[in-house]
Amino acid sequence: MASARVDVSPTKYHAPVPGSLPAPERELRRRFLEEAQVVPGADRISQCLQCGTCTGSCPVSYAMDISPRMVIALFRAGQIEEILRSRTLWICASCYMCTTRCPQSIKITDLLYALKRTAIDAGLYPERFPVYRLSKNFVRVVNRYGRNQETLLLLLYYLRNPLGLLRMLPLAMAMLRRGRISLFPKKIKGVGAIRTILRASKDFELPREKEAVPYTEGMVGYRAVG
Amino acid sequence: MEYLYYPGCSLESSGKPYDESLTAVFRALGIGLRELEDWNCCGATMYMSVNEALSLAISARNLALAEQAGFRDLIAPCSACYTVLLKTNRFLRESPELRAKVDQLLGQVGLKYSLGVKVRHPLDVLVNEVGVEVIASAAKRSLEGVAFAPYYGCQIVRPERGFDDAEFPLTMDTLFQRLGARAVYFPLKTRCCGGMLMTTFPDVCLQLVKELLECAAENGAQCLVTTCPLCQVNLEAYQKRVNKMFGTSYQVPVVYFTQLLGVALGCSEKELGLQRNLTVWRAPISVLAA
Repeated sequence: MASARVDVSPTKYHAPVPGSLPAPERELRRRFLEEAQVVPGADRISQCLQCGTCTGSCPVSYAMDISPRMVIALFRAGQIEEILRSRTLWICASCYMCTTRCPQSIKITDLLYALKRTAIDAGLYPERFPVYRLSKNFVRVVNRYGRNQETLLLLLYYLRNPLGLLRMLPLAMAMLRRGRISLFPKKIKGVGAIRTILRASKDFELPREKEAVPYTEGMVGYRAVG
Repeated sequence: MEYLYYPGCSLESSGKPYDESLTAVFRALGIGLRELEDWNCCGATMYMSVNEALSLAISARNLALAEQAGFRDLIAPCSACYTVLLKTNRFLRESPELRAKVDQLLGQVGLKYSLGVKVRHPLDVLVNEVGVEVIASAAKRSLEGVAFAPYYGCQIVRPERGFDDAEFPLTMDTLFQRLGARAVYFPLKTRCCGGMLMTTFPDVCLQLVKELLECAAENGAQCLVTTCPLCQVNLEAYQKRVNKMFGTSYQVPVVYFTQLLGVALGCSEKELGLQRNLTVWRAPISVLAA
């Protein structure tokens, strides 16, 4: 396991008390629970039956390294770091089939979003990860123009992947001929308003659904992992 | 009758035919459609994965503008816009604290939103408000002989459960069957097309697209009818790559539901933007001519 911005050196990695969580894991857990609190009904995660309906319903679970069911199992086992380093978070296409079918009404898709944000925050996503790059460029374009500019977004994205751009050319030409590509980005009048909202939201905090259970030294087993 | 219209970013470029055909359909039915002035991006799924709070605030700006314009319904044809705007509405309704925060942000730019706007998908408005019978009586051509696969995709039926069942929606089936078309057996009608995975993980996405095309073709569909700009591009523009990757030879026309509806209402090919489609779009039309 390669290390990123979280210190996982052996001394820190070993749990101080058998059954309790090691320090980096505790920190990641705290961040995830914080992100998850914005999701209405996030605490349903504790009701998971491990039935696997989510994994069975997921159209892309075949391409994941950790299935949605395993994500919850790992969360319970106190191994969030492993989830955050997985491909799974980035492969989810947010079709919400798992959320719709979950017999325990767990908001799986929204929880994956929360995990995604935790991974970005902790700098744990695999390096040069395409989804993260695309999302970042998307936010940049929207903040600048007020609307997404498909052409610009894809150009920015493929800047780091010229081969991919080359492969896209025939399709781009076909779309261009049919007037389905807009070449010049347009700015909306209210782009100033968007920027004001952006600035003002720097200290924007979403209300928390429920306070996280504070971890105290010596908590073991299920109590330690929630 | 007039509705407020939120086209969304895709309908300005790759989804242009969706915009054109939607406008044409509403014109043919004599229903007004006015574009929301100076709308901004809804945030889509990508903004949300970077910063959820902000994505809610900027999508709320659109709702505030709509309310200011004095409309009760806002029509959002793109599945992502539809879901995000609906979700914003729900979050604001369910959480007074969040609403206070968003109000404060909107106040900074002189806007106010008091939850008075309902986000609607055009399919919902056409079938549940205008009514299938009214549309049928306005129809100029019968769709008899057209066998179509109704493809709803994921986000208009999930997770907000807008107006139809999450797994077996029937709105589109009902509409087009009444106009004479035949909906083929299409169990993957709400299966995900992969969305933006086509850019980030093309191999995963091509597999999903292949399964959808396979299901439609094997059940004898002459065309796939979609309600989402992203599904349309994934299913239509990448058929060549699917064929290359899997050694298949699919040539399934993929049309927006407003294009097929426009055909029934007697709109011209140009009005419906059919010349902009990439696949052999003539198939359903030639069926009509025969």
